[in-house]
Amino acid sequence: MPDVLIIGAGPAGLAAARAARRVGAAVTLLDASDELGGQYWRHLPASRPAERENLLHHGWSTFTALRAELEADTGCTIVRGANVWAIETREGRPGAVFVVVGEPDGANREQRVFEPDALVIATGAYDRTLPFPGWELPGVFTAGAAQALAKGERVAIGSRVLVAGAGPFLLPVAASLAATGSTVVGVYEANRVKALMAGWLPKPWQVLRAAKKGGELGGYVLNHLQHRIPYRLGTAVVRAEGTDRVESVTLASVDALWAPIPGTERTVAVDAVCVGHGFTPRLELAIAAGCALDGDDFVGVDEQQQTSIPSVYAAGEITGIGGVDAALAEGEIAGHVAAGGSVLDAALRPAVAHRRTYRSFGRRIEDAHGVRAGWRGWLTDDTVVCRCEEVTYGALRGAATATGGESLRSIKLASRAGLGICQGRVCGRTVEDVLDSLSPGHSDGPRSAAEDRVRTDRRPIALPLRLGELADEPTLS
Amino acid sequence: MNVIVIGGGIIGAATARSLARRGLSVVVLERGRNVGGTSSGGEGNLLLSDKGPGDELRLTQYSSTLWPIVDAELRDELGPGFPSVEFERKGGVVVSTTAAGAQPLLDFAATQRAAGVVAHPLDVAAALELEPHLNPAITAGVHYPEDAQVQPVIMTEALIASAKRSGAWFFENEPALSGIRNPAGDLVGVRTPTRALYADAVVIAAGPWSGSAAEALGVPLPVKPRRGMVLVTSRMPHRIFHKVYDGDYVSAVGSSDAALQTSSVIETTAAGTVLIGSSRQQIGFDSRLTVAVLRELAQKALRLFPFLSEMSVMRSYGGFRPFMPDHLPVIGADPRLSGLWHATGHEGAGIGLSVATGALLADLMTGATPAIDAAAFSPARPSLAPYLGAVAA
Repeated sequence: MPDVLIIGAGPAGLAAARAARRVGAAVTLLDASDELGGQYWRHLPASRPAERENLLHHGWSTFTALRAELEADTGCTIVRGANVWAIETREGRPGAVFVVVGEPDGANREQRVFEPDALVIATGAYDRTLPFPGWELPGVFTAGAAQALAKGERVAIGSRVLVAGAGPFLLPVAASLAATGSTVVGVYEANRVKALMAGWLPKPWQVLRAAKKGGELGGYVLNHLQHRIPYRLGTAVVRAEGTDRVESVTLASVDALWAPIPGTERTVAVDAVCVGHGFTPRLELAIAAGCALDGDDFVGVDEQQQTSIPSVYAAGEITGIGGVDAALAEGEIAGHVAAGGSVLDAALRPAVAHRRTYRSFGRRIEDAHGVRAGWRGWLTDDTVVCRCEEVTYGALRGAATATGGESLRSIKLASRAGLGICQGRVCGRTVEDVLDSLSPGHSDGPRSAAEDRVRTDRRPIALPLRLGELADEPTLS
Repeated sequence: MNVIVIGGGIIGAATARSLARRGLSVVVLERGRNVGGTSSGGEGNLLLSDKGPGDELRLTQYSSTLWPIVDAELRDELGPGFPSVEFERKGGVVVSTTAAGAQPLLDFAATQRAAGVVAHPLDVAAALELEPHLNPAITAGVHYPEDAQVQPVIMTEALIASAKRSGAWFFENEPALSGIRNPAGDLVGVRTPTRALYADAVVIAAGPWSGSAAEALGVPLPVKPRRGMVLVTSRMPHRIFHKVYDGDYVSAVGSSDAALQTSSVIETTAAGTVLIGSSRQQIGFDSRLTVAVLRELAQKALRLFPFLSEMSVMRSYGGFRPFMPDHLPVIGADPRLSGLWHATGHEGAGIGLSVATGALLADLMTGATPAIDAAAFSPARPSLAPYLGAVAA
């Protein structure tokens, strides 16, 4: 029986673990958190259980069933607090996976190395927030952070909260905020009716086929009606104001490309604002494992969820933003095949069909809600782009212009954007977008297929590690 | 006179700048992106401390006199809007960590002093005064105030910008595929995927890829890649004030051993991160991450600065040094093929030697008298003869 190592215990990783176990493989499931479920099913720790967790989560019973089956299964080893910091590649097979186990700032973290027969990477996505003037003020939250506080801590981020950005994720965030006691003054989606229609409507039967997904969105809409939260299209937060923390935000109508329309600005008093513009895949471990990316900067996979590296599989948001149902289907296929099963096995038929349905759903979300280039219109020269190194948009453009705007590496080193402790997780795509705006079609730009492309997603050391830990010899698991 | 320079790294940029400032017409061909190879894969060392008496030290001393001049010229020319090249003569402190290592280190420094290098011997107390966080278990030290550092990527960009102002052209994504010969067999240009370019001279400045560039033009050149890795910590208050390294480094630099060697070279950058180098490994152009290499770097760094144990490593990067079998760069006209010149093979010292290399090559090409004797770096030197072989037609 093969050893299958799974990185990430969100929907895709959990589904992969169960499928691999059902085929009979020995499974090790790693997750950085102390709780299973990933960002999607983020919840209160077991020490303070909540009675109504199911009301905050779509598919909560799916999660509890997965968790119960895996926790009871002696053939599945779950390692919590496991941070994968490097992967060493091996020719034609999965590499060595280097892990530190324990609290990120804890002493005596345990070091382990895994050399599995098959590897499933299910690292999910980071939530993306485009910068705007004032976004570094206390009280401004990314949609993901607000959701994590609401789901994982039951902490309300403010009493009068405005939600803005793009994508269907804004709706569950607003619902969570309302459920934790905030007054949500409105949800503002940057895309206009036309874009939403173009994305959602050319093949409406596909939406119908994603019936469960329709149910999920239906629940959010119902929740909104109950809480009387206004939902407005074609509107963006272009500025946050305040001295010690956010006191108000300025909204503006934006055109189809998200460029603010002059004369449409209005100010809304809030004590917190929550902004999100979709997701970017967490690619660093897949890149470290040697996996090739596709033309949209996701991990490329075949029908079996296998990457360009034999016996290395990828599932969930790193292969394309598709939502929880696509992640569950892909995880199941990846785990099944990684354990030695065939994609043609009868047991996989429902998952294969689901994947087809939910993948197209994901594409349509991107068409409807994807980031449009006009957003740079709300940046000013003193808008902070890289928060770790406090690099402004003006400094970034200045560095790009001085060095001829020709190389992402030079722009980063000249401005220090993306070189701070988060290693470009927050600003990487923004820096690439700015490069692309200065030098369209650049070989280091977004979606470039250049062989020697410099990528902000490439992080050979995937997580910061203390030098003392690096110096210690690990034990082979 | 028209010159083609192959390679958009720091040697190509410095060479193009020197030639263009003397009025030559210069085109630089870069197969990928400028500053995309070795020049962005290292630390930016301008070291005298690691070189024993000899030709490379003379070239380094010459370069050391040019650096402040070039730094001032670039600031003057490019203005305050251009990012800083972070040139800083911060000095080096070399220490020995074993009882047996102390005397050889001090003896080596004495030979350097005789060759004109400023090298002050330090006892343990004096070393700790310069670097209070050093491991007090060190056995001896030497202070080299002339050692300096520069941000190598920005420095290369600055040299490119300056060369462009003097009229040089830089073509990226344009590899030199083959040479163009006249009926006499002289090299008179190169072909790229999109054009044929003619020139009176072609200079190979392609770092570790110089061997394949020379082969494309019809001659062998024994430049091989030697991989190096560097660790970068997160930012911290400055606690390391010089370039500090273990005396082992000198023997690793001078060695031809292909197996992995590591020795600590530790320094703080202008941004407050600490760079921990460096490894030397001859494994071809294999750029895959090797944790064992990173681990050895970390272990040796902790021997010098135990406080680093609690600091975070944020990233690692690496590159390929252009290694020469006789440990000297090649600067000058190729005796085998008229029209072909070289400016390559600097191993790990190319950033520091770049400005001297450009000046020397420009002197040789224009018939000016070089500031130092260039014969030792000539492709015609005896120590290189066994490796050069015949010229392909």
